Amino acid sequence: MSPEMINLIVQATGESLFMVSVAALLGTVFGLPIGVFLATSRKDELFAAPAVNAVLGMVVNATRSTPFIILVVAIIPFTRLIAGTSIGSTAAIVPLTIASTPFIARLVEAAIREVDAGLIETASSFGASPLQIVLKVLIPEALPGLVLALTLAVVSLLGYSAMVGAVGGGGLGDLGIRYGYQRFMPEMMLAVVVVLIALVQAVQSAGDYLARRVNRRLRHR
Amino acid sequence: MNAHQALAVGEPIGAQAATSPGDAPDAMVRFEGISKVYPAYRDKPGVHALQGLDLAIARGSITGVIGRSGAGKSSLVRLINGLEKPTTGRVVVDGRDISALAGRNLRLAQRSIGMIFQHFNLLSSRTAADNIALPLEIAGWPKAEIRARVAELLALVGIADKADRYPSELSGGQKQRVGIARALATRPNVLLSDEATSALDPQTTRAILDLLASINRELGVTIVLITHEMSVVRQLAKEVVVIDAGRIVERGHVADIFTNPQHPITQSFIAEVVGDSLPVSLASRLRAQPVAGGQAVIRVQVRGTGAGDTLVARLAREVGIDVALLAARIDEVGGQHVGSLTIGIPGGEGAAQQVLTWLAQHQFASERLGHVA
Repeated sequence: MSPEMINLIVQATGESLFMVSVAALLGTVFGLPIGVFLATSRKDELFAAPAVNAVLGMVVNATRSTPFIILVVAIIPFTRLIAGTSIGSTAAIVPLTIASTPFIARLVEAAIREVDAGLIETASSFGASPLQIVLKVLIPEALPGLVLALTLAVVSLLGYSAMVGAVGGGGLGDLGIRYGYQRFMPEMMLAVVVVLIALVQAVQSAGDYLARRVNRRLRHR
Repeated sequence: MNAHQALAVGEPIGAQAATSPGDAPDAMVRFEGISKVYPAYRDKPGVHALQGLDLAIARGSITGVIGRSGAGKSSLVRLINGLEKPTTGRVVVDGRDISALAGRNLRLAQRSIGMIFQHFNLLSSRTAADNIALPLEIAGWPKAEIRARVAELLALVGIADKADRYPSELSGGQKQRVGIARALATRPNVLLSDEATSALDPQTTRAILDLLASINRELGVTIVLITHEMSVVRQLAKEVVVIDAGRIVERGHVADIFTNPQHPITQSFIAEVVGDSLPVSLASRLRAQPVAGGQAVIRVQVRGTGAGDTLVARLAREVGIDVALLAARIDEVGGQHVGSLTIGIPGGEGAAQQVLTWLAQHQFASERLGHVA
């Protein structure tokens, strides 16, 4: 494999990591509060607002059911508004964030719902406000689940990031399509796949390790 | 003291008694005309959890609220700390109408009411010390004061060496000690116990109840414990409230309730701990008809101070019959003896009648169970 090809791979890996990490960060910033709200706003819950919960749930479902490649194209005007351009890795962060936010929100909702309702009652019984219950009880208790949720989101984002090549987003997927497929360079395709597999493995292992570290539930002396 | 006097001690009972918690002059918790209705929701019918409930719980007392599951105990205890609102009536805690409070005012009031739970409800992500610190963090205490208070509480409940353990590393009894320390952290006036020992083995239950008793004695904290186990009430409570189907069916001092239970529900609870069942070998030999050369089997209820101590000797002396002691069980509840003696009377029907007459004259409740060879 030529030095030029290795250069291309390194550059594309950098672009992928950039897109994925920024999108994961923004997706968490937006998705975490939405997920917490979804998990605590049904009837008789902490922030009971069943109507808002239902509407938000529908919006989340709609976004999640739109195929990512269609989402990317459909929101080009919005992307241009936010990023100033609709091509390149920075622009790709916009659709990646919009796709990952509802995904992360649903995962966060599931993790928060796993927390024993008795703990909410307990905290209420000594006068904790709803916000204190979220910050001091729900999120810390759901942390192992939240770490695994985020890991899953990052892995999915790596897959999504391969698709933004279609609109000039760069990254490993783009490299694989343009060189490996269109220029018929199977060794380039193989290299891209190997790097992606290694990245997914690394992310999953790191997530699993971290989740175990923060999980006090099953640890014994 | 003879049996007659012993019974007289236990006489003023029932809802009108001067000693009942309902008439306590200085009430820590007062229920006034409380009813609680859970409205029908989707396919679930509405439930009248509590109906027309009036009750005062004296400052510094230990009151046991006992009832079968679904009797309304949980609703009752959750009305005290404002986790639930009454449908009608009001709940006054330490002079404050807690049922009228909401938002921040309610949260401030809740800090003076601690609660412990059947399943401990500790945060798995926090150590024992940090679990105890949680209500203090929520109340906005400074860090240094939290640290000092937590150390004090760990020592109070006897688990100072477990400060840095996570709940998954603690036994059930240790977890409940953490729960108790956490409930006491903000120096509450009232401690609510929601079946706090129901998930513990008998030995651990005893230790936890002893701890609660010493907390009541030394800190003067009013304790309200709800339970379905009369043994818990017997060991810890001074006052008993028996509820069934959302109503108070009986209340009074624990000794009065044990020595003279009025309501069938109360009687069934008492029977569970006093143990009216006969030994298996005796029960299997019991016959309905007299057995030639055998004994009549009579059970005598013992209620009161020292009432049963000399019963067998007095029968022998005063009636002139050598009675056989077949089975006996006497417990002490609130300083009163509660239990039963099962005795065998030889000498045919005449002797049995003599003994029954003597027992009736001396105010002992008794019944003939049958005959054995």
